[in-house]
Amino acid sequence: MRVSGAFLPWLAAITAALLAWGLYDGLLVAPPDYQQGETVRIMYVHVPSAYLSMMIFGTMAFASAVALIWRHPVADIAAKASAPIGAGMTAAALATGMLWGQPMWGTFWVWDARLTSMLLLFFIYLGYMALWAAIDDPERAGKAAAILALVGSVNLPIIHFSVEWWNTLHQGPSVLVSGGSTIEGPFLRPMFIMIGAYTVFYFTVLIWRMHQEIIARRIRSLRLLQAQG
Amino acid sequence: MTGFMDLVRRDIRLAMRQGSGIYWTLMFFLLTITLFPLGVGPEQAILGRIATGVVWVAALLAAMLSLDRLFQADYEDGSLELLALAPVPMEIIVLAKCTAHWITTGLPLAIAAPFMGMMLNMDPAGFLILTGTMLLGTPVLSLIGGIGAALTVGVRRGGVLLSLLVLPLYVPTLIFGVIAVDEGVNGLGAQPHIMLLSAMLLGAIALAPWASAAALRLNME
Repeated sequence: MRVSGAFLPWLAAITAALLAWGLYDGLLVAPPDYQQGETVRIMYVHVPSAYLSMMIFGTMAFASAVALIWRHPVADIAAKASAPIGAGMTAAALATGMLWGQPMWGTFWVWDARLTSMLLLFFIYLGYMALWAAIDDPERAGKAAAILALVGSVNLPIIHFSVEWWNTLHQGPSVLVSGGSTIEGPFLRPMFIMIGAYTVFYFTVLIWRMHQEIIARRIRSLRLLQAQG
Repeated sequence: MTGFMDLVRRDIRLAMRQGSGIYWTLMFFLLTITLFPLGVGPEQAILGRIATGVVWVAALLAAMLSLDRLFQADYEDGSLELLALAPVPMEIIVLAKCTAHWITTGLPLAIAAPFMGMMLNMDPAGFLILTGTMLLGTPVLSLIGGIGAALTVGVRRGGVLLSLLVLPLYVPTLIFGVIAVDEGVNGLGAQPHIMLLSAMLLGAIALAPWASAAALRLNME
């Protein structure tokens, strides 16, 4: 904890610097799109939050597997601390997507494949957090939530592809496609800076929340000791 | 194997004799179906278009209704702990209980589905595919629902939590079930979707009992 505590201010500073650079680059330097105009700038907050919402679930599933297999208590805490950040990122991706959809598609919400699977991901995050909250004993809650995270990680790809099959309006993947990106350099650079900023932000908040969780557990066990006299 | 069959028989007998669970499920199914024409309007063309989806959604909700009793009753009266002590592995016990749950909910729902379709002016060409996809899809609902039921078995008022956990995982079954019927009626062929449903069923049979058994073991510690 002492080492990670020493890192924390540095990580926060890097987050702030990257965010400032990315926002400056995205909002002032990058040109408006020839078709979408200024609204294209929503991309610089939309894509990083969408990316993180999935990356964080992957991290949670990995941490849950570690918690179940090696019973490492910190993995448990990492998974628990990640969930609200992931849910927040999913909500941010949905909100920015809706604001972007209004000028582009003429409506805030369409039952499009990616929007729908994002919404379902959001529900899975909520269910995960609710399961943590519903079981009092942190050890049992941790294991139950870990099972749920693994079940969710098996199911998410199936949900994604089934929803894709069902209906799609969202533009196809355009950053990571074979033969290079379909987005031009001036748009791409601020986006990658923002993705970096969001990722560092995630780790900063994650470490911070893990600290709090560890302290909360210490208080809990001290109280239990006290109650036992 | 005999342990498996005994457990299935016991659970079905319990479901039959305890407050006629099957009729409640079917009543709920019928009531939900009735609400749709009242809400959407009695126009035959509109009802016919949404019939497949409505029947599937209503069946899904009806199958979920009885999920919280899947392990809860046995957990409360202690028979689940006795079952855990039995020489039969926990995974087989879960599979048996899910099979019994399916026979008392999914199977009646699949048989009743075409009649509900008739009430909603569904294209008769879809009836056979509807029953078929429901026969393939409802066991998936029971198996995935079993995971949610096992995770929330010790939780007070776990019913709402259970639906929050389980409903997002039900989406693929619903989608492929509905698409199969629609494409079958349109003459595009239901086969690929039926094969995907079968794949999901096989995957669920293979994987879901492990997760449920792990959750049950954890909740009985």
